[in-house]
Amino acid sequence: MNATFLKWPLVAGIAAACLWLVMAIMSTGQMAWGIGALVLFASAFWVYLSRASFAYRYLFPGIAGMVLFVAFPLVYTFQLGFTNYSSTNLLTEERSRAYLLDQSEFDEEEALGYSLHPDGKEFRLVLRNADGEPVWVTGPLALRSGKMPPLITPHPPAQASFAIGEPLPLRDLLSHRQVLQQLHVHIPNGPELHYAGVREFAPVNRLWKSMPDGLVQEVATGVVYSPNRDTGFFENAAGERLQPGFKVGIGWKNYARLFGDPDFRGPFIAIFIWTVVFAGLTVVFTTAVGMALAVLLNWEGLRGRTVYRTLLFLPYAVPGFISILVFKGLFNQNFGEINAILDALFGIKPAWFADPLLAKVMILIVNTWLGYPYIMILCSGLLKSIPADLYEASALAGAGPLTNFFKITMPQIIKPLTPLLISAFAFNFNNFVLIALLTDGRPDFLNTKLPAGQTDILVSYTYRIAFRDSGQDFGLAAAISTLIFILVALLSIVNLRLTRSNEERK
Amino acid sequence: MAIVQPKNQKWRVFFAHAFLWALIALTVFPLLAVISISLRPGNFAAGGLIPTEISLEHWKLALGFSYQAADGSLVEPPFPVLLWLWNSIKIATISAFLIVAISTTAAYAFARLRFPFKRGLLNSMLLLQMFPVVLALVAIFAIFETIGAYLPWLGVETHAGLIVAYLGGVATHIWTIKGYFETIPVEIEENAKVDGATHWQAFRHVLLPMAVPILVVVFVLAFIGTIIDYPVASVLLREESNLTLAVGSKYYLNDQRYLWGDFAAAAVLSGLPITLVFLAAQRWIVSGLTAGGVKG
Repeated sequence: MNATFLKWPLVAGIAAACLWLVMAIMSTGQMAWGIGALVLFASAFWVYLSRASFAYRYLFPGIAGMVLFVAFPLVYTFQLGFTNYSSTNLLTEERSRAYLLDQSEFDEEEALGYSLHPDGKEFRLVLRNADGEPVWVTGPLALRSGKMPPLITPHPPAQASFAIGEPLPLRDLLSHRQVLQQLHVHIPNGPELHYAGVREFAPVNRLWKSMPDGLVQEVATGVVYSPNRDTGFFENAAGERLQPGFKVGIGWKNYARLFGDPDFRGPFIAIFIWTVVFAGLTVVFTTAVGMALAVLLNWEGLRGRTVYRTLLFLPYAVPGFISILVFKGLFNQNFGEINAILDALFGIKPAWFADPLLAKVMILIVNTWLGYPYIMILCSGLLKSIPADLYEASALAGAGPLTNFFKITMPQIIKPLTPLLISAFAFNFNNFVLIALLTDGRPDFLNTKLPAGQTDILVSYTYRIAFRDSGQDFGLAAAISTLIFILVALLSIVNLRLTRSNEERK
Repeated sequence: MAIVQPKNQKWRVFFAHAFLWALIALTVFPLLAVISISLRPGNFAAGGLIPTEISLEHWKLALGFSYQAADGSLVEPPFPVLLWLWNSIKIATISAFLIVAISTTAAYAFARLRFPFKRGLLNSMLLLQMFPVVLALVAIFAIFETIGAYLPWLGVETHAGLIVAYLGGVATHIWTIKGYFETIPVEIEENAKVDGATHWQAFRHVLLPMAVPILVVVFVLAFIGTIIDYPVASVLLREESNLTLAVGSKYYLNDQRYLWGDFAAAAVLSGLPITLVFLAAQRWIVSGLTAGGVKG
């Protein structure tokens, strides 16, 4: 009963806070985000207060989390692929225009020197002309309070009733710098002066003038720039562009670039092929090693199998980012241990990071090392399901271990193993961490428009385009991500079909 | 063991042992090499597996102490490894707690309650979990930049923002806990409700205590998954003092500044707690998944 007392005031308080947040978002013009936030809060209130939606109360945090951070990013990435959102086109058109209109510079010709003089606990600003003669004196300013009135009007020295003494030394002047920067001094029948450095107060001139219909005019030259809604820049008649640009929808241009532009298409297709090859070969190698070890460790004639199993499982127990970086050091061409050993044994020092083929080989070696324990454990479990008398019968028939493996073991476990192998393929298709930490995609392709690496897979290439190197082209990265989504979706559908058909067979 | 054995069984066993030891030497070599390198003086020395000279300089740097080099200069720790380790553990623990809380309540709804769209939600959750988060990095960055404009403590570069980003990955955990709940007979909770308990009380006082093994399992899995995460953390955290271990370790092996020995010590130091949790997890996972009798 006590709880109900508090309930409604608390609800009202939270509701007020949520509404304030939504208003704040909407007031900056971001309607879409504001509406999204409103929907989220409204559904939260409905779920927790209404009687009808009882079950949803338990579900709400989980579902909200998934929608916000899994479903919504998918949709957002999809629509982002149709825009030119990048580091040169980051703002909306209004904000870009507002930035331009804000640009200003100090007018050196009308600048006045100044000095600061103490007046009891306060200070007075004395503005001087080019000869050092005081021309204006302000009233007493309480600089120590930290806040200044918006506009101050100074008086001629004669009217100021202040004896101008020694100015403050530079060091003390600097200590009041923050407050002085807030000062706007309005000369009677003259311009408004702002803080222009340690020595001068000067009027501020805007560089750009606002014109109707969203245009801007450069004050110095009089050239008019209009917003080009196709390219996302302010352009003049000659086609010259201004920074900052703004975000516009560009339709299918990103995709056209991927498939149409030959300078782009070349590396993109090469990267796609390597991604498929990398994922496929990883699955093949890890399965070969993992299955062979599982079969070997399942052999009852071998003693100490638990010890072997623990030792061979170790690569999986060490966190990935540590072991990948360890390999990065071990494979170092000049002082890595592996090259030291190879040099001692064979006299060769392969250039693991510089040569593209060797880099790919190195990646496959490392990924096999990382991945075989997982397959080994899986196969160990699956092997238990094969009835032992099959092996008895084959031993009676005089068959050797190889026949056992290929005729009995493999066919029995390949069926339940296949969906897991497809998941492993999908996982390695997007194995960003390995590539990013081990080679970072290098060595790079020569003469490409955007930097692309020969060991890059699709996701690491996307990451590079979005967050590094030139241009930070989020729109293009989003387009590539969407393509990968579609591929992953296809793989998942195939996987689901196989698992379902497996279960139906049982 | 098959009753009929081939004649060369002894040779086969011998070669099998030899092969396994050779393979173990290959696979465990990197781990042993790192320990030896952390004890080797200097960052560029080449040498055998057994270090001829032992120097604790890299360990000192990894633990955050400076030392005086042979030429008299002060060598300071290049990166704040212990701070990074603390960041990682802090973020992982909080995320894991929240993930368990969210997954458990959602799993309860799916396992025990009836409501419209249940099948649809389950299937779409399955589908959504198949998309790797790596692809949504641009969107996640944009989301947190926007949030950061209005709630700066939750935006990019904050640990709170990173924790919230991890809360989206609950689908697998919901599935695991739901499966566990479904093996516990409903009758026990229904008895509690007959005695006058509400849904929430039955959940909190009857079901949860019985589900502790699976909750521990999910906690550990969420903890490990968060602490080794690289993509999301590298996008949301950039400043050196904010980094987690997964993101920061990479900076040791910069082409222009290659600190191999220092990295080796930092790797062993940071790997120990994480590896221990990982190995403990294997034990819990096995016992947790079989204790509730998850059948079939």
